[in-house]
Amino acid sequence: MTLLFAPFQPAPGLAIWSLIIFGLFWWLMAKYAFGPIARSLEKRDQDIQNALDEAKNAREEMSNLHAENERLLIEAREERAKILKEAKDVKNEIIAEARESAKVESSRIISNALAEIESQKKAALLEVKNQVGAMAIDIAEKVIRKQLEQDKEQTAYVESLIKEINP
Amino acid sequence: MRMNSHRHLFALLIAALFSLPISGWAQHESDEQQGDTTHSEGMVEHAGSSHEEGHATFDPTATALHHIADANVFTILDFIRIPLPMILYSQDDGLDVFSSGRFHPGEHDNGEYAFHRYVMFEGNVHRVKDWSFPNDLVEIGPHSFTERIVDNDEVVYLNYQGQEYPLDHRSTLDNGLFGGKITSFYDFSITKNVLTMILVAIILFWLFRQAAVGYTRREGKAPSGVQSWLEPVFTFIRDEVAIPFIGKDRYLKYIPLLMSLFFFILGLNLFGQIPFLGSANVTGNLTVTGILAILVFLVVTFSGKKHYWQHIFWMPGVPVFVKPLLAFVEFMGVFIKPLTLMLRLAGNIVSGHIAILSFIGLIFIFGKAGESMGGSLVGTAMSVPLTMFMMAIELIVAFVQAFVFTILTASYIGAAIEDGHH
Repeated sequence: MTLLFAPFQPAPGLAIWSLIIFGLFWWLMAKYAFGPIARSLEKRDQDIQNALDEAKNAREEMSNLHAENERLLIEAREERAKILKEAKDVKNEIIAEARESAKVESSRIISNALAEIESQKKAALLEVKNQVGAMAIDIAEKVIRKQLEQDKEQTAYVESLIKEINP
Repeated sequence: MRMNSHRHLFALLIAALFSLPISGWAQHESDEQQGDTTHSEGMVEHAGSSHEEGHATFDPTATALHHIADANVFTILDFIRIPLPMILYSQDDGLDVFSSGRFHPGEHDNGEYAFHRYVMFEGNVHRVKDWSFPNDLVEIGPHSFTERIVDNDEVVYLNYQGQEYPLDHRSTLDNGLFGGKITSFYDFSITKNVLTMILVAIILFWLFRQAAVGYTRREGKAPSGVQSWLEPVFTFIRDEVAIPFIGKDRYLKYIPLLMSLFFFILGLNLFGQIPFLGSANVTGNLTVTGILAILVFLVVTFSGKKHYWQHIFWMPGVPVFVKPLLAFVEFMGVFIKPLTLMLRLAGNIVSGHIAILSFIGLIFIFGKAGESMGGSLVGTAMSVPLTMFMMAIELIVAFVQAFVFTILTASYIGAAIEDGHH
């Protein structure tokens, strides 16, 4: 133990001074250097994290928006197809309806015409009958005039005949 | 402990691996010194009587030990000697404050003057025990110290006017445990180590203050200047040491201590590596590392929560008869943990210094202390690559040891503040 290994001997002065120096160093660094640095780094980390989160959110929103647009587009397309189909249906319906009503109308017109024709025919026939009757009477008159004085019974018989012809 | 990631365990392992061989080396080195004891005395004898022998001898052990020791003078390149303030206290003479320039330190940092019965021997202040010695500024001249073994104890004698005065030992507090002795005075001086600590602390504060100002002044902007190269180291310690061991919600409270420890130790380690600038061996000094370890011990102890103390004194989940045994082991561990912090750091750094000094010493050994020019050249050719290699390793060790000290501190704190739920 004769050899003095000086660095491993506790020295009172060095002990006190290292305590003071390190203590002061610790306190000053905590207050003016490491504390503020650590806090700003923490804050910066948080800011970066927030910014990243925001970017991620924005991206998600964008993709959501995109999906929404896509969806809307598809929906619109479907809507259009639906509308077109509906329109087609309506068109067909209208055409069918029109056709139907035209058919009805035409048949009505035709039947009206037929009825008119019938009545006209009847009227015409009546007219003809009357004319024919008159003519027959005329003829008969002329015929009869020649025989007028023959018999009153004969005239009555002619009139009954005319009645038979024209009911 | 929140060691949920294997990466942190791995980092610890690497750190442990790095610290082991160097510690082993330190052991080896100190063994060698034990063996070389006789050499050391040869050198000391020379200091007293070189004028009789007429030629110099070189003792590498003594030189290495002298260079890694604390000193009351800041010696640069062995000829620029910056005097330091002396603050001495003795029971009979009271407080004494003066500059160590009064000793006129010369060759081997031996003072050529005595002042108030104090003298400087190999850079350290000693006290003349004899009261008949003049209590004033006295010229004692160079080569006036002799070292002799008295009762298995190394005693330095001062030769003054044909008379021998025994000197008190260096002022230490170990009560003879590590070779120090009870002295009649206490040395509270600003020594080389203290001055180095102050310098490193000021440089670090200046650097980090600049960075801190940058963070507040350019808030929300990209880091620049000092910030850019301090930030990666800072965030490394934060993300690999503080947060994994202490936890994201509580690390902010302990970050100043961890960062202070890391950068203070790293700064001192690196400052001690600068050649020719005193090469102060501060973190290789057990007193300094001891103070750091005591602070860590206090922080850990006062941070300890119920869960921590429960695990020490009454370990849950083990049979009752094991509990007292575990309590004993765990209680020892409370003190052994900071003790290992103290020893590991000092051992690694001091061994690095000794290795470098030993390699440089090759020049003088081969050169027969300046007598053989050819030997000196051979020694230099061997010494330069070896020293460069050693310095490169020491550069790694400087970082690794600072990191190990910090990561272990973080793990102790993490264990102390751990909550019950795993």
